[in-house]
Amino acid sequence: MTVDTTSILRIRKPQRRLGGRVLRSPAAMLSLVWLVGLVLASLTSPLWLRYGPLEQDLSAVLQGPSWAHLLGTDELGRDLLSRIVTAAAPTLLIAVITPIVAVLVTVPITLWAARYARAEGFVNRLSEIVLSLPGTVIILAFIAAVGTNMPLVMIAFGLLLFGALYRVFFGQAKSLHQQLYVEAAAVDGVKPMTASMCHVLPNMSTTVIVQFVLLFGAAIGLQAGLAFIGLGPQPPEPTWGGMVQTASKFIFQQPWMMIPTGGVLALTIIAANSLADVLAGGSAMPPSLVSLKRRKTPADAAATAPESGTPSASTGRAQAAASAGDVPADADGALVVQDLVIGVDDGPELVSGVSLRVGRGRVLGLVGESGCGKSVTSYAMLGLLAPGLSVRSGRILWNGTDLVRADEKTLQRVRGHEIAFISQEPTRALDPMFTVGWQLAASVKRLRGVGGREARRIALQLLTDVGIVDPPRVLTSYPHQISGGMAQRVAIALALSGRPKLLIADEPTTALDVTVQAEILGLLRGLIAERDMSIILVTHDLGVVADLCDDVSVMYAGQIVESGAVRDVLVRPEHPYTMALLAADPHAILDFEGTTRLASIPGQVPLPGSWTSGCRFAQRCRFASDECTAAIPLQPRVQGDGGVRCIRRDDVRGRQEEWRRPVAVGGER
Amino acid sequence: MSTVEPVVTSPDAAATPLLEVRNLSIRYGRKGPLAVDDVSFTIGRGETLGLIGESGSGKTTIGRAILGLVPVTSGRIIFEGRDITRLSAADRRTLQGDLRAVFQDPFSSLDPRKPIGDALSAPLRVAGVPRADRTFRVQAALDSVGLAPGSEERYPRQFSGGQRQRVAIARALVTDPRLVVCDEAVSALDLSTQAQVLNLLSDLRAGADLGYLFIAHDMAVVEFLAQRVVVLNRGRVVEQGETREVMRNPQAHYTRVLMAASPVPDPDEQARRRQAWQQLKASASAPVA
Repeated sequence: MTVDTTSILRIRKPQRRLGGRVLRSPAAMLSLVWLVGLVLASLTSPLWLRYGPLEQDLSAVLQGPSWAHLLGTDELGRDLLSRIVTAAAPTLLIAVITPIVAVLVTVPITLWAARYARAEGFVNRLSEIVLSLPGTVIILAFIAAVGTNMPLVMIAFGLLLFGALYRVFFGQAKSLHQQLYVEAAAVDGVKPMTASMCHVLPNMSTTVIVQFVLLFGAAIGLQAGLAFIGLGPQPPEPTWGGMVQTASKFIFQQPWMMIPTGGVLALTIIAANSLADVLAGGSAMPPSLVSLKRRKTPADAAATAPESGTPSASTGRAQAAASAGDVPADADGALVVQDLVIGVDDGPELVSGVSLRVGRGRVLGLVGESGCGKSVTSYAMLGLLAPGLSVRSGRILWNGTDLVRADEKTLQRVRGHEIAFISQEPTRALDPMFTVGWQLAASVKRLRGVGGREARRIALQLLTDVGIVDPPRVLTSYPHQISGGMAQRVAIALALSGRPKLLIADEPTTALDVTVQAEILGLLRGLIAERDMSIILVTHDLGVVADLCDDVSVMYAGQIVESGAVRDVLVRPEHPYTMALLAADPHAILDFEGTTRLASIPGQVPLPGSWTSGCRFAQRCRFASDECTAAIPLQPRVQGDGGVRCIRRDDVRGRQEEWRRPVAVGGER
Repeated sequence: MSTVEPVVTSPDAAATPLLEVRNLSIRYGRKGPLAVDDVSFTIGRGETLGLIGESGSGKTTIGRAILGLVPVTSGRIIFEGRDITRLSAADRRTLQGDLRAVFQDPFSSLDPRKPIGDALSAPLRVAGVPRADRTFRVQAALDSVGLAPGSEERYPRQFSGGQRQRVAIARALVTDPRLVVCDEAVSALDLSTQAQVLNLLSDLRAGADLGYLFIAHDMAVVEFLAQRVVVLNRGRVVEQGETREVMRNPQAHYTRVLMAASPVPDPDEQARRRQAWQQLKASASAPVA
């Protein structure tokens, strides 16, 4: 599982609820005040208006705004303010009928269609028929048949909207229906329709509310339009559409008249739409996956680092200094990470003082549970930290260049060309809109600077190199047409298109079947031998580490707790956490005879920000004692090269079997 | 586990298997290929059966068919002597929560808008258990999976992945079922959490009349939990038998490939396995089982 760094950011910023979103947005509040105020003013109008809406004063026709008539008068000397306000409540209240009818009809039908495959076909056809009906013609014919009864017209309009609304609702209802909790409800024996009402409808309520408000605006527009062509309530009854029509007749004698009549109509529809916009979270842009813009200049980061140095960071630095002594920093083809500290901006530290070294042609495994900082560390090596995260101190040395302080141009030269990346989800590397061949050729063209024909030849060769049986066919396929294993091979080919010297692979086989995994591991092994490439393999599968890696570093809560050659770490672990991971892995048991328990490490990885200055694993460690509260640096292993971060390392060595002793059921939090 | 005495209510009950799947075939759509092709197996009372296969082997489809979530094309599913192959949603209530499920994804198997107590009490409400009794049983179920009292009022997002899977197990166990279908119940979890959940499943069945159909793609996980195992490939059973026998002496070529492909965290043993796997692959480049 990849580390979900965004979850940490999410903890600090809880998702806003619908109501809160409206209250926090000035636009939405203004819209709401406008709509509610208009209805209230209209309903109470007899109490405060100076003139009745039908009161004529032929001595003051077509007047502009004055103290007597605040918004002027029309061609019969009637007060415009009075007419606009009086017309408001009927207009708005009748307009509400349309969305009510549309939602009441569409929602149950959508839920029904989303649940039953047979109903789906039928309702789909029905919605297509409704969509293809000429709405305007039907409304006009309807008025011709039943007269200008506005509520009835609004009901008819609501029914006609079914086709469009169904399309909007159905996709969401269908995907919600495929959620496991809806299936779980079916297993519970909950009635299908009850399950839909309980689990599907509440989760699509935002969409329903947004559509409701949008249709409300549309209904106001339709009413005004009908009144404008004389199909609304008949004169002298005041209507907004009728008034706009009158104003347009006298546009040359008194242009002012158009402003209040048209203005109130426009403002009301804008209010409804902006309300819908805020409800839909229109201003909330999805966060981008990676930030290419750096939050701090490297100089700033370097300057602030000493002040922000926490005790753990400074001890980490001390070790890095110690280990840097025997590591030539500019070793050719080696990636050296020294005392890397990564943190959330204005938030907790995620990685504190990690040092790694990957020699040329070597494979380094980076293992640990979710939330230990493995993925964040690997993204930092590419200069691709998620927005809101930054490197606080430390160095990432690649061929003598410090990638932490490198500018975007240098990083672009390194990324893809020298260091490439493969992710857990091969589909994330492939754009579903383009063929495999097009994407591969484009990448080759960009990274190797060759022409189209040469790029296609190289693409074909790359696919052959990654063991694809029928490269010409795969070149013309779209990503969804190939299997997961093949997609991962294509993703590897894509990563190889720049002839990288280092491949960072983040759980490259976790999503694959074991037989496909074995093939991909074989492929990677071959590539290392052929191309003299090095790999950093981020994984939580110790079997994969044993298969491919030369060295391994075990991470826990943002620190390296044990490192060394793969044989030393996996066969003779010296840190209690490594021991626990091995004892928890059912694959480690080669004979199940008499084995009834796996080791279970009580509790969870502590969240960033709650890390103590002592051993971070102590609260879950069965060997923990009072001395573990003291800060502990990485110290040399007893057997082999590498380090261990445990103050009791001499007492616990060789006691990994003890992790299998049972703990009370579930009492392990 | 086979030594655990089943709770026998009548002399007959011991003879009737808990679940019997007979010649099950399932086809998606009217003309699609067979996802499950003539599969038969039984699960005894209190027994754990492992269902192993790669993606596309039909293992999940079989589990879903037993739960009534996909229509069966042909064959029969008999649960405690009763044919449940084509049970309607309404008739499924009459199972009284004897047949339950734990799904793979602990994140989407709980409604984000409902406190977890709602999810736990839903099957009890359906079975007509009175309110006071419901509260008691929900708390007992949460306690049995090691969640703190008061957890029932919290929302799914307030739990970690491992804790959510505990909630899902509590939901399955709240009705005191006879059979729980666990569909890849631990494959989305970290090693240590996976071990916690596996130990929990193993502890819960101890001394109880509880069987599991444990669906997984990971040999070692099945080996830990299941007494018997069924190996599936492309919708067909390639091998079935006692887990120990199958693991020590796999008969089908496909099973051997599957076992050799599963990596172990010991570099030398893994190197041997890798070689075995490469030989198997070379020897079988002709027909795939």
